[in-house]
Amino acid sequence: MSHYSYIAFIPLLPLICFLILGLFGRKYFKTFSGTVGTFSTLISTLLSLYTAYQYFFIEGKVNGIFRNITALKYTWLQFSPNFSIEMGILLDPISVIMIVIVSFISLMVHIFSLGYMKGEERFATYYAFLSLFTFSMLGLVLSSNIFQIYIFWELVGVSSFLLIGYYYENPPAVAASKKAFIVTRFADLGFLIGILMLAFYSGTLDFNTLIERLTSTQSPEFIQISSATFLGVSMLTWGLVLVFIGGAGKSAMFPLHIWLPDAMEGPTPVSALIHAATMVVAGVFLVARLFPVFSIDFTAMQIVTWVGSFSALFAAVIACTQTDIKRVLAFSTISQIGFMMFSLGVSKYGGENGLGYTGSMFHLFTHAFFKSLLFLGAGAVIHFTHSNDIKELGGLRKMMPVTHISFLIACLAIAGIPPFSGFFSKEDILIAAYHSSKLIYGIAVCTSALTAFYMFRLYYSIFWSKDFHNHGPLHGEGTLSMKIPLIILGICTIFAGFVPVSSFVTSDGAPLESHVDLAFSAFPVLMAVTGILLATYLYKTQNNRPQVIASSLGNIYKTVYSKFYVDEIYLFITKKIIFNSIGRPAAWIDKNIVDGLMNFLATTTENISALIKGLQSGKVQNYALYFFGGIVGLAALFIYLLK
Amino acid sequence: MSEISITHILFVSTALFFIGMYGLFTRRNMITMLMAIELILNSVNINFVAFNKYLYPGKLDGVFFTIFIITIAAAEAALAIAIIINLYRSHHSIDVEDASELKY
Repeated sequence: MSHYSYIAFIPLLPLICFLILGLFGRKYFKTFSGTVGTFSTLISTLLSLYTAYQYFFIEGKVNGIFRNITALKYTWLQFSPNFSIEMGILLDPISVIMIVIVSFISLMVHIFSLGYMKGEERFATYYAFLSLFTFSMLGLVLSSNIFQIYIFWELVGVSSFLLIGYYYENPPAVAASKKAFIVTRFADLGFLIGILMLAFYSGTLDFNTLIERLTSTQSPEFIQISSATFLGVSMLTWGLVLVFIGGAGKSAMFPLHIWLPDAMEGPTPVSALIHAATMVVAGVFLVARLFPVFSIDFTAMQIVTWVGSFSALFAAVIACTQTDIKRVLAFSTISQIGFMMFSLGVSKYGGENGLGYTGSMFHLFTHAFFKSLLFLGAGAVIHFTHSNDIKELGGLRKMMPVTHISFLIACLAIAGIPPFSGFFSKEDILIAAYHSSKLIYGIAVCTSALTAFYMFRLYYSIFWSKDFHNHGPLHGEGTLSMKIPLIILGICTIFAGFVPVSSFVTSDGAPLESHVDLAFSAFPVLMAVTGILLATYLYKTQNNRPQVIASSLGNIYKTVYSKFYVDEIYLFITKKIIFNSIGRPAAWIDKNIVDGLMNFLATTTENISALIKGLQSGKVQNYALYFFGGIVGLAALFIYLLK
Repeated sequence: MSEISITHILFVSTALFFIGMYGLFTRRNMITMLMAIELILNSVNINFVAFNKYLYPGKLDGVFFTIFIITIAAAEAALAIAIIINLYRSHHSIDVEDASELKY
């Protein structure tokens, strides 16, 4: 066991860095706090890569199957001899692949931010928050029990809140951070109840034990949880659906997606790290972590599938109409996470049927690279032009060659064009969907065509279209520290698809043969190419065709542009219904009854003391008089009344 | 010469007590009030001695108490006079009415 203790340093180094920068950063590390943060993340990344090497190639496999290793275990709270809360590190294929993704993307973002955030007043605070996030996310993926994952789950929520609200003098950023926190916290309520239900019936919090007990249909725990019902639905389904609600909140699935587009108010590198590559896939990770349990419950899997596929299509449609670069990317993130989600939903446990699981994790892996690349590219564009409205942008390809090429690579990858990474992962997902349900497959293909369309709409609007009119002096494309991550991520985006993820990450641990079925992939690729060509026709040069189409669609376009009025519905429910029918009565009760009681006590005391304060006159003889009066009174009492 | 009955002695002590009480409540001069308190203490002393003599002739307890009270009265007088002197220094008066700031 002890030779795994180095793994503890992967999350602990960013924590130490957070403490140092958070406490002393602004005073002592004003200029080189970025270097400190980057260095600690670099070490974490190297340790993660070493762990992955150790796990995948040396120690992980037993009889050809990747096993779960509990690398570290420490009892934190011992409630009873049978029930305790532990802190530990669980190594299995998905946690190992996640620590590599998280630490690597975090490293890229740390490097990029050296240039992007240069000269910010709260530079050290920014890096402290980034380190806090990295710590929490690494802790989350390494968690060995469901309670520990909940702690880190909330910690990533807090660090996301802090980073969205980084520009706290900007009211929209403050509103967005509050929105993100409240929406995800609301979803986490479901998660907490789900945890309690699962833990109550299985009698454990530990992932391995919990999965073992709830998947064997003979065990007493399984019989108990599946026979107990509430509103006609078994407790197992309730527990899993509630856990999924938590995951859907963090992963911005419909209808809890509303916080993610607003979260783009945070600094762009933060969006790349948290709101594209790592934190938002926590929901997918959670479902994957409990996948053996999910896979035996049909209802929960159906919910995962339909929420995922609907979110994928819904967000893709909205993304076609948005004009803010980062919002397009945000909706594209929702759409891609929807892909991962329904891919888990259509998957079965074990063997070839577990392709959806593999595809989901594969897509998570490739998506992390190309989506963070897109965000960092968008960050470079925003840094260069100080604008994030695609109506104002255009013609940047000559001025920002590195950004242009890397952005193009990422667009091709997300559109699913071979041989870029997105193609391979999307392929696995589509095959899994095809074997499960033709309807889901249809939705998925439509969505990937839309994805290709809106990504190239974005690409052409930024880099082609009209010529760029510069207002004021232009600086270069960006510092070297901004270009290096773009180049590295670009290379990863090209080659990540060739990583044989299916031989490492599968639902039951047994490696799968990876294969590309050319006949199958022809149709989706054709759809994607159609989407790209349509975008080329509409947006490559400046013309009025998009406006013509938009105006011919009339109200439909308006509805989509307004994101199907989901925000307005939320506002209506919160402001009109909840505030008026719950908030105001509660405020009235608080103001009149609770406060009233306290005020009544205070005023009564005051009135009584005003009445009797004259007794304390300051005259000694009066006091003597009271004293003797008292004695006379007592004497009378004892002599005549208490004989 | 016939013995003086206890009633007479108690009458004297009661008179002394109420004279002291009257003085304590009516005088404004602190020295006079102190003297009134001494009168009250002495009335108690007379009571002690009288009861000791008439009820427990063979014992000395009442006499001991009287001596205690005299001692304490001396200490109390010293203390009270110290207070009065300090009050005079700060208020230039030994009238209790002038020293009534300590109130609500």
